[in-house]
Amino acid sequence: MHLDEKIWLFLSFGMIMGFMIFTGYQAVALGMGPPSHKETIDPQKVDETAPFDAPGIKQVGENEYEVVMTLQVFSFTPMEIEVPAGSTVHFTLTSKDVVHGFQVANTNLNAMVMPGHIQKISQKFDKPGEYLVLCNEYCGAGHQAMSTKIIVK
Amino acid sequence: MESAIRSTSFKQKTNQILGISQEDARISKSYLSIAFIALLLGGLLGLLQGLNRAGVLQLPPWLNYYQVLTAHGILLVVVLSAFFTIGYFYAGLSHTLGGLLPKVRKMAWIGFWMKIFGFVLVVIPILKNEASVMYTFYPPMAASPMFYFGLVFIVLGVWMLSVGAFTQVANWRRNHKGQHLPILAFFATGVFVLLVGATAFVAVEVLFMIIPWTLGWTDGINVLLARTLFWAFGHTAVNIWYLTAVSAWYVIVPKIIGGNRWNDLLTRMVVIPLVIMNITGGFHHQIIDPGISESIKYMHVFMSLAIGFPSLMTAYAMLRVFERTARAKGGKGLVGWYKKMPWGDVRFLSPFIAMVAFIPAGAGGIAQSTNQLDQVVHNTMWVVGHFHLTLGMSVIMTFFGISYWLVPYLSKRVMTPAMNRLGVIQTVIWTIGMVIMSISMHVVGLFGSPRRTSFTTYGDFAETLGWNPYMAAVGIGASLLLIAVILQVYAVFNLMFFAPKGVTEFPIAEEEAGAAKTPYWTERWGIWVVLMLLVVSMAYVLPIADMIMNAPPGSPPFKTW
Repeated sequence: MHLDEKIWLFLSFGMIMGFMIFTGYQAVALGMGPPSHKETIDPQKVDETAPFDAPGIKQVGENEYEVVMTLQVFSFTPMEIEVPAGSTVHFTLTSKDVVHGFQVANTNLNAMVMPGHIQKISQKFDKPGEYLVLCNEYCGAGHQAMSTKIIVK
Repeated sequence: MESAIRSTSFKQKTNQILGISQEDARISKSYLSIAFIALLLGGLLGLLQGLNRAGVLQLPPWLNYYQVLTAHGILLVVVLSAFFTIGYFYAGLSHTLGGLLPKVRKMAWIGFWMKIFGFVLVVIPILKNEASVMYTFYPPMAASPMFYFGLVFIVLGVWMLSVGAFTQVANWRRNHKGQHLPILAFFATGVFVLLVGATAFVAVEVLFMIIPWTLGWTDGINVLLARTLFWAFGHTAVNIWYLTAVSAWYVIVPKIIGGNRWNDLLTRMVVIPLVIMNITGGFHHQIIDPGISESIKYMHVFMSLAIGFPSLMTAYAMLRVFERTARAKGGKGLVGWYKKMPWGDVRFLSPFIAMVAFIPAGAGGIAQSTNQLDQVVHNTMWVVGHFHLTLGMSVIMTFFGISYWLVPYLSKRVMTPAMNRLGVIQTVIWTIGMVIMSISMHVVGLFGSPRRTSFTTYGDFAETLGWNPYMAAVGIGASLLLIAVILQVYAVFNLMFFAPKGVTEFPIAEEEAGAAKTPYWTERWGIWVVLMLLVVSMAYVLPIADMIMNAPPGSPPFKTW
């Protein structure tokens, strides 16, 4: 094996280890792991099961809000969400039918929402403005119309 | 025994002098014809989508965007790639192992008709808009049962072809004790092992979960489990097409530029880990799914990234082969040797651009298999840009390059300089189209534009208007690509039926003189398969057991289109 080959192998291995270490550091030390909530629910009884029997927004602390939301073809419930700038929002999500995506453009909010599973994800909204919420997993004929917005005042 | 050896080596020699036998050629030509017809249809559907997303074309009410998208994905990711791979490797097995055995030939035809029958069953419900469920067909979206029966026949056809390939290889090894399997057959073995491993998962999903459920025999389906089984297949499938392209980079391209093969041992050491570690790479498609713990996801980041290692070795190996060959031809300077490369030869130019495209494509893949980076781009147009770079450029451009010698080799014709020029023009148009399209897709994906969505501005939401120029660029790219597709399909059928008669070589590069002997342990396929099964169980036993034991009540079928 030539010297340059050894250097390349070392760099390749180092690069992959670098990705691993940074990912691990972010996930474990900084608590930035991907949305992985493990609670389940009967997908045919979402409307009767707490907390999804009363979807909506609720203040849970100073500058902290909880949004309970259901996704179904082809809409989000509740439709509009309003929070003051600087607040942290905890989303609790489930689907009433097929697999949907929950993505907020211009943020890192992105999660799969599957029937039978409860998904949780949080985000702090600093900048005032309107944020587009859209479904990013193909869910049927009206998929392109499935959106709502979050207003940050 | 001895006479058997003599007769195979005699057959091998006649094969190399007279070219492929008519019967073997007919098999490969049939597979390649289907592949390029699929390219034409799939490309046309791709243009319709590109123009729709660009906002310039509204599809008629009888042609649903998602129907078109489902057909586009299946035609290109399943038909084009699979039929090309099989046609190419069967020609390679015939050439390097001394002609196909009569029983293997029979298996190849049975497999061919099973796959065709399966595709007819798949296409009918798609045309009737009863299966607009995409390449991924995620439950609980449920297509017509005929769609899934079609998938079963496709898988059975793949298994039949794999058994044929294994039979051919086993026969050669029996007659050549202690020898190394010729390198192209070694790649073929790896590809067919992976095909069996990957399709096993989707077979379980379709046979034991989806079919009983769509027929109404079971009430609900485990959505997360079905999705997990799908991706063990779905990602491996695209990596199999990539491994096929890699085989041409290592074996064919050095011969075309007049050089030698890269170190034989290291080449085999790229194939083996790609086979062992591939299937577990599918899990990174589920990084932001609920119901899977963070520690399992982290383990899978490691398993996905591990596949990057042999690919990085490939990047080095290729550059090294190019440099050495060009210097042997008198190339000088640190980078000046590039002048000695045969840039005007489409058989080199097309796979070369394919390799260059794999640099950003591979880097994007590494980004996507890493937890937090994936969260930013998951299910956005970025992903679409990524697989148009990997599949559309790295894999398909290599396949295009192969077609300019493989098709005339099979039809006992020759490529004329005029056809070569057409090929170069086609390569340039395809490259420009893909570059425009995939760059725009990557960028607009970072802004949050979703994939698999027909034209929409989300009620004229201000931000989405800023995405439109990028989507217009996608439309321009798609138009260029269709022009290139038409040129390519014309070239293939011209070389198959109308080009001047003559002899075209199957270009397989030799090892360098005085190369070190490859140790025989690389031939122990039994061990590699066992290791593959161990890695797969390490990756899947825990999460799948968890998905079954802590499953929510199942979901009923939905038709939402």
